[in-house]
Amino acid sequence: MNLLINGEQRTLEKGTTVCTLLNQLQLQPERVVLELNRQILSAAQGSETELHEGDQLEIIQFVGGG
Amino acid sequence: MDSLEIAGRHFNSRLMVGTGKFSSNTAMQQAIEATASEIVTVALRRVDINNPGDSMLQHIDRERYLLLPNTSGARDAEEAVRLARLARAAGCEPWIKLEVTPDPYYLLPDPIETLKAAEILVKDGFNVLPYMPADPVLARHLEEVGTVTLMPLGAPIGTNRGLRTRDLISIIIEQANVPVVVDAGLGAPSHAAEAMEMGADAVLVNTALADTANPITMGEAFKKGVEAGRMAYLAGLGPQRDKAEASSPLTGFLREE
Repeated sequence: MNLLINGEQRTLEKGTTVCTLLNQLQLQPERVVLELNRQILSAAQGSETELHEGDQLEIIQFVGGG
Repeated sequence: MDSLEIAGRHFNSRLMVGTGKFSSNTAMQQAIEATASEIVTVALRRVDINNPGDSMLQHIDRERYLLLPNTSGARDAEEAVRLARLARAAGCEPWIKLEVTPDPYYLLPDPIETLKAAEILVKDGFNVLPYMPADPVLARHLEEVGTVTLMPLGAPIGTNRGLRTRDLISIIIEQANVPVVVDAGLGAPSHAAEAMEMGADAVLVNTALADTANPITMGEAFKKGVEAGRMAYLAGLGPQRDKAEASSPLTGFLREE
């Protein structure tokens, strides 16, 4: 299935969860914040959420800034 | 020094610092340490999924510093509100430095979108610290919707040009009922001292520290500048005069009058 992750087209296996994706990307869940189809995913619901064809996922983190 | 109170919370330092553009995380940490700041700002950005870097959270001791996320990059109220909510979802306290800067050349804050976003975020339970043009009328409107500070710019972000908006900031300070934090454009400790002498409650700097060969020494210099300015304000500056007024006695000269 095709998704848009941080604005980039990505193809993932059907049934991939957010948790699996973060593992694949080697991202620690507590270091990022997620938004799926413009809805914030809370830490509790986040990792078990299953991704679907056409989803738009944003993976955000803190960077230096003034 | 007397403490700074924002939204019921007390801070010993009147200097806030940004974490952008430092040559390394170590340089950033050491510079912030030298400033003795208690409030540090961070930004939110997409992770580069092909090359995930460090999160800034790993480099900031949150027991020691209040993390103040900004909404930099937002071009309108909607984008700013979205970023603020993401920051809160990331586990930050509901404090947000509101920045709405649609113009990429001067990064000037959009007064209308800033006010709109401030109103939404205050209602949503945030302590809103708005980066704003040095406009006393806008300052009133922002206070009315419930922002916990006013953060007028001294000069455009990153320009190091100092307090170019001095006269307008002075009116904002005179009228404000919430702390006034001069943000953006301050490039030298003397600029920070000048803002504090005028009665600003605090200042925020980033580029001035990150853009020097020795951020640690500059951090300490800014700390001293802010403290000196605050002390001078509390002491009360002497009046300015057009004509000279002798400091030494005008009697007992070694000549016949």
